[in-house]
Amino acid sequence: MDAVAVRQPEMAPELHPRESFIRHYIFSIDHKMIGKQYFLTTMFMALVGGAMAMLMRTHLAWPDNGVLNPEQYLQAVTMHGTIMIFFFLTVMLTGGLGNLLIPLMIGARDMAFPFLNMISYWTFVPGVITILLSYFVPGGPAGNGWTAYAPLSAIPAAEGGAGLGQTLWIIAILFVVISSLFGSLNFLTTVLNLRTQGMSMGRLPLTIWGAFVTAVLALLSFPVLMAALGLLLLDRLAGTSFFEAANLIVGGAASPHQGGDALLWQHLFWFFGHPEVYILILTPMGVVSDIISTFSRKPIFGYKAMVLSLSAIGFLSFLVWGHHMFVSGMHPLLGAAFMGSTIIIAVPSAIKTFNWCTTLWHGRIHFTTAMLFAIGFVSVFVTGGLSGIFLAIAPVDLYLHDTYFIVAHFHFVMASASLFAILAGTYYWFPKFFGRTMNETLGKIHFALTFLGIYGTFYPMHFIGIHSNDRRLYQTTAYPFLSHAGPVDVFVSLSAFLLGFAQLFFIVNFLWSLKYGPVAGDNPWHANGLEWTTTTPPPHGNWEGALPTVYRWPYDYSVPGAQNDYVPQTVQAIPLAAAAGAAGGGT
Amino acid sequence: MEETGRTKDERRAGRWASVLIMFTLVAGVLSFVWSAKSYWLLPLASIQGASIDELFNIILVLTAIAFVAVHLFIGIALWRFPARQGTKAAHWHEHLGAELTWTVVPAIGIIILGIAGEVVWAKVYSAPPANAQQVDVVGRQFEWQFRYPGPDGKFGRSAPKFVTSGNPFGMDPSDPENKQNVVTINDLHLVVNRPVLLHITAIDVIHSLSLPNFRMKQDAVPGRVVDIWFTPDKPGAYQIVCAQLCGVGHYTMRGNITVQSQGAFDQWLQSQIK
Repeated sequence: MDAVAVRQPEMAPELHPRESFIRHYIFSIDHKMIGKQYFLTTMFMALVGGAMAMLMRTHLAWPDNGVLNPEQYLQAVTMHGTIMIFFFLTVMLTGGLGNLLIPLMIGARDMAFPFLNMISYWTFVPGVITILLSYFVPGGPAGNGWTAYAPLSAIPAAEGGAGLGQTLWIIAILFVVISSLFGSLNFLTTVLNLRTQGMSMGRLPLTIWGAFVTAVLALLSFPVLMAALGLLLLDRLAGTSFFEAANLIVGGAASPHQGGDALLWQHLFWFFGHPEVYILILTPMGVVSDIISTFSRKPIFGYKAMVLSLSAIGFLSFLVWGHHMFVSGMHPLLGAAFMGSTIIIAVPSAIKTFNWCTTLWHGRIHFTTAMLFAIGFVSVFVTGGLSGIFLAIAPVDLYLHDTYFIVAHFHFVMASASLFAILAGTYYWFPKFFGRTMNETLGKIHFALTFLGIYGTFYPMHFIGIHSNDRRLYQTTAYPFLSHAGPVDVFVSLSAFLLGFAQLFFIVNFLWSLKYGPVAGDNPWHANGLEWTTTTPPPHGNWEGALPTVYRWPYDYSVPGAQNDYVPQTVQAIPLAAAAGAAGGGT
Repeated sequence: MEETGRTKDERRAGRWASVLIMFTLVAGVLSFVWSAKSYWLLPLASIQGASIDELFNIILVLTAIAFVAVHLFIGIALWRFPARQGTKAAHWHEHLGAELTWTVVPAIGIIILGIAGEVVWAKVYSAPPANAQQVDVVGRQFEWQFRYPGPDGKFGRSAPKFVTSGNPFGMDPSDPENKQNVVTINDLHLVVNRPVLLHITAIDVIHSLSLPNFRMKQDAVPGRVVDIWFTPDKPGAYQIVCAQLCGVGHYTMRGNITVQSQGAFDQWLQSQIK
């Protein structure tokens, strides 16, 4: 650790003189407080995004009741996707979990740049305010889909509404992008430079590997989105023509634009957009690996393969954006190439799945709520991954593209899987950060209803998708072949309501446990990671006294002959069982 | 978790979790079987679509096997390996043979699928036959317009400078040939067993000409013309859907397709000429 770019203080107390309320809770530079700020802000946004979904499902099940008009429906669709992807999942995983966990799991006092970390959160907040504000401007929020395909999103005359909503959408996402860039720089520097003595890259918990590769992806892909958003903003406000060809007739009038290309937006957007879906899944993969290992009391199977496959997926994610554009008018040879690169991703994904399954085998599984969500993650990830094969094979995508089949696919593989890992991680690390354990009974009810709710909501979407029910349709009554899809829509909506209802158990559990949950010790799960070696909750600076030294990887569970069935990373010599042949498997 | 005290007996929880996974497996498979009778691929009406359906079915079988296998494995593991007093987890965590197997086997499967996909893709985007019927297509908010050459098979001159709201194809009014061309709204007529070549574009935002019965879909992109071709092989009436969000009226942007004999088509075309 001689060549560190950022030195950390040897002793914790120097870092934190007594802080004022504002310094501690508002403009904090403690990664744990910033992590909590991110966590609560994004959880709130998840509620807003969830409410949009409930509105959509109410309308789709009973389209004749006039719950939403066509414009409001598209706004609900757009805001649901936008909020869930940008303001919940992305930021929850990086700003929330990344902030909370990275320094603690690698043995650092804080992030490499604590002040930048604070700025990062306070750049995110204006984004949140802007996107929420867009509900209250004339014409309402953006309604052109979360992908905001130009020229629809570029020419105000082409959209419904007054157009201000779409402009605010661009500005809001720009804030998120800048905030995420600050964050990913910080995460990369921290992981590379601030690992404690003995914490080699080969001993990093997979959660940190996931967060690390995620930060690389974010750093390389978000700037592309930033450029695209900048161009779109110029097209809307300054009359430039990056995305509009000549001779367009919009709203009955000739458009003054010329020389642009509509496909440019899609290339830029998906060059960001595909790495983005891995930004939403790599950290979850790491979290789930750690939780499955802990509660199976067994080392994660194939650690090296897990790291390699994470990295392979990260690398490949930059080569597959064109599979979103098979029908866009891109040259068919490009489609052929993107089909090839896309299907290869199935291989590292399969490796990870098999490794999770194998970790369970001959484990001694503890069915905590965190573990149940981790197992649920594997199930929904597999289900969503398999439907991805249909879509990766381009000729089949010709049929399934833009139907509910793709809606089912990405809600399983990316949205639900990511959500399950976030919930698993919350149940798992809640004791460390809040000092109390969440209620397990409420947790298990929450899991069972959420798991059934997810399958009930998204699985039937495969069927109506195969039946060529397109997404984003306000009404399907115009299409005779969809005339009997109504019952499926009702079933899906009822399942979605169950899913929404189930989250009340989580909210109640979370708030109740903050105050009344059983007090957790430093290491309630008997886990090996560094975060469990400090006090609960950890002080500013993370460890009282010197930073811990690491002697082993975090997966030494059930080591033969050891006294306990776990060996924390800070243990140098494994304490052996007192007497060979003593009764009980724990010895 | 065993330190010094008792280990919690998790067998009951394990059975419940296992039942939940097994329920997912059974419901997942049975609901697909049910769906195959009620909501499935729309009736096929093109020659090219047959190989796409074949691919779909092959992938369906392979993914079904994987879905069942993984859930079965998890279900059994949850049932067999719950924590209980007096037992300890195994410690192994590497096995080169196993890891190579589940790297190589899916890789081989996926490569074969990929090759099959590429072959069909190449067929779909091969050069159109010379005798193909040609139709110009323009998408606009919120309708499809189709332009057919006259009985002599010729399109009149057209140019971007003539494009107006009332003349989305930009047909040159001074060219008499254009008088013989037929323009329809939301009404596409095709000849059975004759390949059709569509020249697709849009004049405002991106639309997508989705022809589910023919297993074709092509975005209509303002500023560029994209060609697709296929051969309808079953007479009848079908639907066109706009598959790309194109504005508030997106859901109303639908059209009809009539696949008919050459004779009936010629008669229809003649009746459309003003």
